Amino acid sequence: MMDKTPIQVLIADDNAVDRKILARILSNQGNEVVEATNGAEAVSLFVEHRPDMVLMDIMMPVMDGQEAARLMKQEAGEDFIPIIFLTSLTDVQGLADCLESGGDDFLTKPYSPVVLQAKVRAFYRMREMHRTLQEQRDTIARHNEHLLYEQEAAKAVFDNVAHHGCLSAQNIRYMLSPLALFNGDVVLAARGPSGTMQLLLGDFTGHGLPAAIGAMPLAEVFYGMTQKGFGLSDIVREINLKMHGVLPVGYFCCAVLVEMNFDTKSVSLWMGGVPDCYLLRHQGELVPLRSKHLPLGVLSNQSFDGSVERFDLSNEDRFLLWTDGITEVQGDSGDMFGDERLRHTIEAAKTPDDAFDAILDAVDRFKNRESLNGDDRTLIEMKMVDRDLLDDVSVQVASGPASGPIDWSMNYCLGPESLRHFNPLPLMVHILMEVPGLRVISGQLYTVMAELFSNAFEHGVLKISSGLKHSSQGFLKYYQEREQRINALTEGFVNISMTHSGDGSSGDLVIMLEDSGKGFDVNAHLNPSSMAGASTYCGRGISLVKEICDSLEYHNGGSQVIARLHWDEQEHGVRLQDEHGA
Amino acid sequence: MKIQTRLENNDQDLVIQINGRFDFSTHQVFREAYEKQPETVRRYIIDMSETSYLDSSALGMLLLLRDYAGGESAMITIVNCNVDVRKILTISNFEQLFDIR
Repeated sequence: MMDKTPIQVLIADDNAVDRKILARILSNQGNEVVEATNGAEAVSLFVEHRPDMVLMDIMMPVMDGQEAARLMKQEAGEDFIPIIFLTSLTDVQGLADCLESGGDDFLTKPYSPVVLQAKVRAFYRMREMHRTLQEQRDTIARHNEHLLYEQEAAKAVFDNVAHHGCLSAQNIRYMLSPLALFNGDVVLAARGPSGTMQLLLGDFTGHGLPAAIGAMPLAEVFYGMTQKGFGLSDIVREINLKMHGVLPVGYFCCAVLVEMNFDTKSVSLWMGGVPDCYLLRHQGELVPLRSKHLPLGVLSNQSFDGSVERFDLSNEDRFLLWTDGITEVQGDSGDMFGDERLRHTIEAAKTPDDAFDAILDAVDRFKNRESLNGDDRTLIEMKMVDRDLLDDVSVQVASGPASGPIDWSMNYCLGPESLRHFNPLPLMVHILMEVPGLRVISGQLYTVMAELFSNAFEHGVLKISSGLKHSSQGFLKYYQEREQRINALTEGFVNISMTHSGDGSSGDLVIMLEDSGKGFDVNAHLNPSSMAGASTYCGRGISLVKEICDSLEYHNGGSQVIARLHWDEQEHGVRLQDEHGA
Repeated sequence: MKIQTRLENNDQDLVIQINGRFDFSTHQVFREAYEKQPETVRRYIIDMSETSYLDSSALGMLLLLRDYAGGESAMITIVNCNVDVRKILTISNFEQLFDIR
């Protein structure tokens, strides 16, 4: 191997005899030799030939070996070109000085061909190794630079998607500390058309690009559906479906989602794979919140559970939410900040208002400065306040006649196969949302569609008795029954018809649903009083729909229902306010 | 060895024992631990008695194993978890997917 690529050696010695002897030995061993007679000449030949190594006398005229070595090392830069001093010195200090002045080794005269060859080869190997190392380092640096560049671009795209939310709202405080340029944590917040606020805190497995890529569809689904008035349960379900589809097995997103209704002071919460978070009541009571679900993207939607927990809040009650970054911050002794410390910190805070800063302080004090190890540290506080404290929800209603479809009708009939696997509600609501005037009441419309459809499907097609739903235990049984019957479904239909007419500033919507069932006792449902106190669970749906719609009629013994809704641009404000006041 | 495996019950059970931290650095070995096994293996037993900690990428690896072992029909038991490990599995609600003892 050595013989194939001759090693180029620069010899610098003012003693012609010594130089010739050395040159002869080296060229006999198959090396290429360049000769210089003093230090200055050696430096210029070094620049010209860039040899693999240098063998150089110390004492030379014009420029001595030490100065020449210094200039050569400077010229070589990061490149490793070994310099071996030739010396007849025998005193130890003299030899040490050789190495101090930039030499890599020394050879004492007279030369032994065997030692010489071994040294030349050893240094050549070292030089090769150095070169390989440098190449690899440069490759890594190049890759890293490229990666950072890509992450920057990904972050820019993501910011465009994520940042039209309402994180700056009065009732939200948040802290995001990016471990990498793009960390795995995602915080999204948006207002629904009926004034609710929905917030999502997500933590993707892994950092950087996989997280950034996963965050895109997540943000789009979250904002898109919130704006259309979907409830938390539907949103979380849709996000899970999306994540399950796009993330490879083994990647997922731990998340907590909150929906706040500032009018009814009620909250829905969904938590999957997130460490315990807290609800801190205004009087200081601390309520732990525990994840009841698997992270998003793990389960297919058939086994996914989108059920939410509900809380009633007072003003100034707040959620304190985080990802595992906070609890896993490492201290000096390598232990983690942990749940206990976190809870004590919150309990020790003077007032609920101080809790947020207290956590940040405590984590900061605990943190080991040297530790490079760490996750993303994200902390959020979301508070219940009066709605007037928040900016108005901007609903884009393009005004004027003939904007969007206003005179149309459609018919959509679902057979058993579709009914088993497909939820037509988002699609139906999506069609309705094309009508600008209906967007303002998307939440209510969704309620209407959802109630009417579930009645038609569950009682009509599946023939489940709503009597089961009278108690909370029956509720569970009801859903088990529902699941079983859906799996066994082979016949039936639900037919949805919608007709809209209007002039762009007002309009009428007629929704008709027909099902293959035998109908039900209409009167019992429409008059909850006749249900002897058991109305809370099942009577509610229809009475709610009645409240929203201008009229609601049942025909064919209950297997057909017609709901009518009138909207007027001028009246919406009034009407919605009325409902919130109630 | 970070990971040790042994076959039991006429080569139907594969026991995978993970020593120390179960994190991304274990990725390759963990995968090899279950992929390079005879086809007779039906059940997987993950022994965490020597596992000090696991992170989210370890959870991901468990999901990969579950996928490999047949997804919904996979038979995977996780045993001997210490408190910290158990907690992480609980937070993630992995008992819905795995038999954790």
